[in-house]
Amino acid sequence: MGDILPLIVAKYNFWLYIVLMMIGLYAMIAKNNLMKKLVGMNIFQTAIILFYVSIGYKHGATIPIIQGGHGGHSAHDAVIHAADYINPLPHVLMLTAIVVSVATFGVAMALCVRIYQRYQTLEEDELRMRVSEMITHE
Amino acid sequence: MKFFGFVIVCLTGGLLLYGTMDLPDWGDPGSPASTHLSDYYIEHIVEETQVPNLVTAVLADYRGYDTMFETAVVFCAGLACFLLLRDFRPGKDRYFRHVPTGVMLHFKNPDTRLVAGNEFEHMDKEWVPSDMIIKTVCRILIPFIQIYALYVVAHGDFSPGGGFQGGVIFGSSLILMAISYNLKTLVKRVTEKFLSIFAAAGVLIYVGIGVAAMLMGGHFLDYGMLAPLLPSDPGHIRALGMLGVEIGVGIAVMAVMVIIYINIVSEGRHDEGL
Amino acid sequence: MLWPIDLIVLTFVIFCAIAAITVRDLLGTAILFSAYSFLMCLLWAVMGAVDVAFTEASVGAGVSTVFFVAAVFRTSRRTKD
Repeated sequence: MGDILPLIVAKYNFWLYIVLMMIGLYAMIAKNNLMKKLVGMNIFQTAIILFYVSIGYKHGATIPIIQGGHGGHSAHDAVIHAADYINPLPHVLMLTAIVVSVATFGVAMALCVRIYQRYQTLEEDELRMRVSEMITHE
Repeated sequence: MKFFGFVIVCLTGGLLLYGTMDLPDWGDPGSPASTHLSDYYIEHIVEETQVPNLVTAVLADYRGYDTMFETAVVFCAGLACFLLLRDFRPGKDRYFRHVPTGVMLHFKNPDTRLVAGNEFEHMDKEWVPSDMIIKTVCRILIPFIQIYALYVVAHGDFSPGGGFQGGVIFGSSLILMAISYNLKTLVKRVTEKFLSIFAAAGVLIYVGIGVAAMLMGGHFLDYGMLAPLLPSDPGHIRALGMLGVEIGVGIAVMAVMVIIYINIVSEGRHDEGL
Repeated sequence: MLWPIDLIVLTFVIFCAIAAITVRDLLGTAILFSAYSFLMCLLWAVMGAVDVAFTEASVGAGVSTVFFVAAVFRTSRRTKD
């Protein structure tokens, strides 16, 4: 019992992120509606982004904006310690990922609208039925 | 399929949970991710670039290629929406109102055209009568949102924010105009040509700054080489280069967000919608 | 950062995610997904990633929801699961 409590405190965040990821993966596999699948994809994506951002977190550090750095006058006097600021590198990478995710989401929504125009449904099983009907007609 | 999916999810989740045992503790300052490259960034960015916001400095300067192609991805998304949905044929059912008398005309044949100038007004069949309160509040709010968006772009070097956030906020102010009035109001003020030119111009500004640095004898996107072009303190030239790049990103993102919204909501017809 | 805030917000995020994929109305999904994004943004702000939180608040909770509602307006609200 003495060992298990520090382990939980150190790792519970990662476990909950994995639960979130698996919710997204389940929605992508098992849901029937295309838009629900897209929501699952976005949940998966944000969970991975959350995991990456949490890797950069340091106890006792502040946000990655250098204090007194404006204009560069006082910054030369004070020495900057890396342990005082949160790691900015995961934030940069994930900023890119968020913007790309909204771009893909927009294209996916456009595709959904186009599919609905043609087949009048967004349910996967009905969609499969209508596609096969169209093929037999031709 | 549900059961199968559940089994896969349980297996993957179990493996990942097993994998967390090897991860460093949460918030450990000595973890491998926070010790090698990021220390260099934190300790040297201010003296090298004079930009206190580390995220902006890494995003626009050290990883400039990355951000450039990300802007290209956003531009491609706008292009893909245009190509998927844009429909230049007029809609089947169209409603016109004769303005002096208020008589409604319903056209079912798409080839019929009205020649009278300002006497007939095109009516939107999806149009919902909007509330006066919503219209007034949005009309007052939109300029403030736009000013805030410009502030976010301009202060990306010193505080959270930057080109993406500013561009998205500016784009959503235009979308708010479409929602509170109707789509025609937006399309009349911000035409498709304008938006397309802006989306391409944003990417072009970014690439142009990179090529300008190359013409001045440096590497691609090496802002330090632009110093002779601008009559400013040479110490701040990297901050200025980043600002220029962020403006390009903001313009492209703003235009692309509005293009995607208009195309989705009007099914590519640009005449009627939410 | 305080771990109780982190734990409470994370629990809310997981509830919002489960609700967003189980509710039988796509407009409800859009709104729950927006709430999910805002809570996620709160989590990042607590974690010190201010730029990422700002981006998520404007992109994930703002524009994504608008795209979703626009697509629901042009398709249907109906969903079987």
